Amino acid sequence: MASYIELSYWDLAAASVLVLIDAALSIIFGLRIHRSLLFAATRMTVQLALVGLVLTFLFAVVSPLWTGLAALGMILFAVLEITQRQERRLSGWWSYGLGTGCMMIASVVVTVFALLTALRPTPWYDPRYAIPLLGMTLGNWMTGIALGLHTLTTSLVSRRASVEAQLMLGATRWDAAAPVTREALRSALMPTINSMSATGLVSLPGMMTGQILGGVSPTEAVKYQILVMFLIAGGTALGAVAAVLGGVFRLTDGRHRLRLDRITAVKPT
Amino acid sequence: MPAVLQVRDLRTSILKRVSFTLSAAECIAVKGPSGAGKTLLLRAIADLDPNQGVVTLDGRDRSTIAAPEWRRLVGYVPAEPGWWAETVGEHFREWQAASACLRKLGFSEETRTWPITRMSTGERLRLALVRALMVRPKVLLLDEPTAALDAASEAAVESLISSRIQAGVAVLWVTHDEAQAKRIARRRLVVEAGRVCQETDQWPAT
Repeated sequence: MASYIELSYWDLAAASVLVLIDAALSIIFGLRIHRSLLFAATRMTVQLALVGLVLTFLFAVVSPLWTGLAALGMILFAVLEITQRQERRLSGWWSYGLGTGCMMIASVVVTVFALLTALRPTPWYDPRYAIPLLGMTLGNWMTGIALGLHTLTTSLVSRRASVEAQLMLGATRWDAAAPVTREALRSALMPTINSMSATGLVSLPGMMTGQILGGVSPTEAVKYQILVMFLIAGGTALGAVAAVLGGVFRLTDGRHRLRLDRITAVKPT
Repeated sequence: MPAVLQVRDLRTSILKRVSFTLSAAECIAVKGPSGAGKTLLLRAIADLDPNQGVVTLDGRDRSTIAAPEWRRLVGYVPAEPGWWAETVGEHFREWQAASACLRKLGFSEETRTWPITRMSTGERLRLALVRALMVRPKVLLLDEPTAALDAASEAAVESLISSRIQAGVAVLWVTHDEAQAKRIARRRLVVEAGRVCQETDQWPAT
């Protein structure tokens, strides 16, 4: 890949001047965002530098244990994000437990599926494939699952009377919650559908452009991107179904009652 | 008359222990100030909120009956019924079977396609009543079924329920109206601050 241009630290330092200009603008116009701006830029730099080190280590050892631990860490950060986005959380262990469960299902099924069928690296757990794959898909699954859970809890609260009306007439908890379940699943999947429609026209995905910058031919990079989009779609659907059905299960009980007392309202952070 | 519904030591986090029996073809009026727990009592019997105690129907323990089945046997009509579809007709499994009942309460055939949002509070109450009757419950739990109705509609609802009582249905009827309580029931439960007491009228029900 002769066309690949390496960046020096001086290049980065030069580019960081742009951020300093942002900060200067903030001071000139009294926007009062220069502190958070600089903090965010520093944090991003440190986080990415650490990730670079971690990836270098992972690629050097190629161990299933370390790859698995890194994947687990990424999943747990995603779960934290899902839970903190909810205005109404499931009470007790369920709030984090359900998110972890769904993300695990999506990650394990979809990533392993991709590694064993489409990519087939040797060994199959090679972190050079497994970790970037997870990194590109996880964030999208997270958005879908968070949206699905948010819609579920919000709709169950606002449409309590209509759900209970069906229960009163002898519907099971799954039948009574079906309209809300459908709504939650739809809202979980909409962002994926929208991003698939817009990809290529409105935005060039970072992963594909990254490969092109790295010297891969555009047609090859496009193939990878299509694979990743399918993995995102598959994982979102899987994770959202698990999250929403798990949520319905938790917010109803064996006597087919609606149990909104198992929701704790929190102020969004 | 044999007891249809037996309630023993029924209680929730708010409702204090309550025991009573309801016979076939009997109606008990439930009275008490707003917020005293009348709705909670009906919800607990319908098993819509977590509760403890023993409730039996024709001698069968509620815990041995699946909850959906129980709620088809013990029908509850809340004061503010819910709607899950857009038109009136979609809330009835068999519109034809319901239409005789609906006509008695002043609804015509074309009501079927009307949107729920167009119905008044009183109309919704009556629709919900018919919807619950269509399931053919043995016990009816009614939460102020005539609260938002004019005199004519109130009379129509009372006569419809009376006909069901004569056919053997047992009814627990929440009402604020003293005259109505006397018309419909001989016995009454008085709910106050989560406590339930029984009273019997001296005069016979008409």
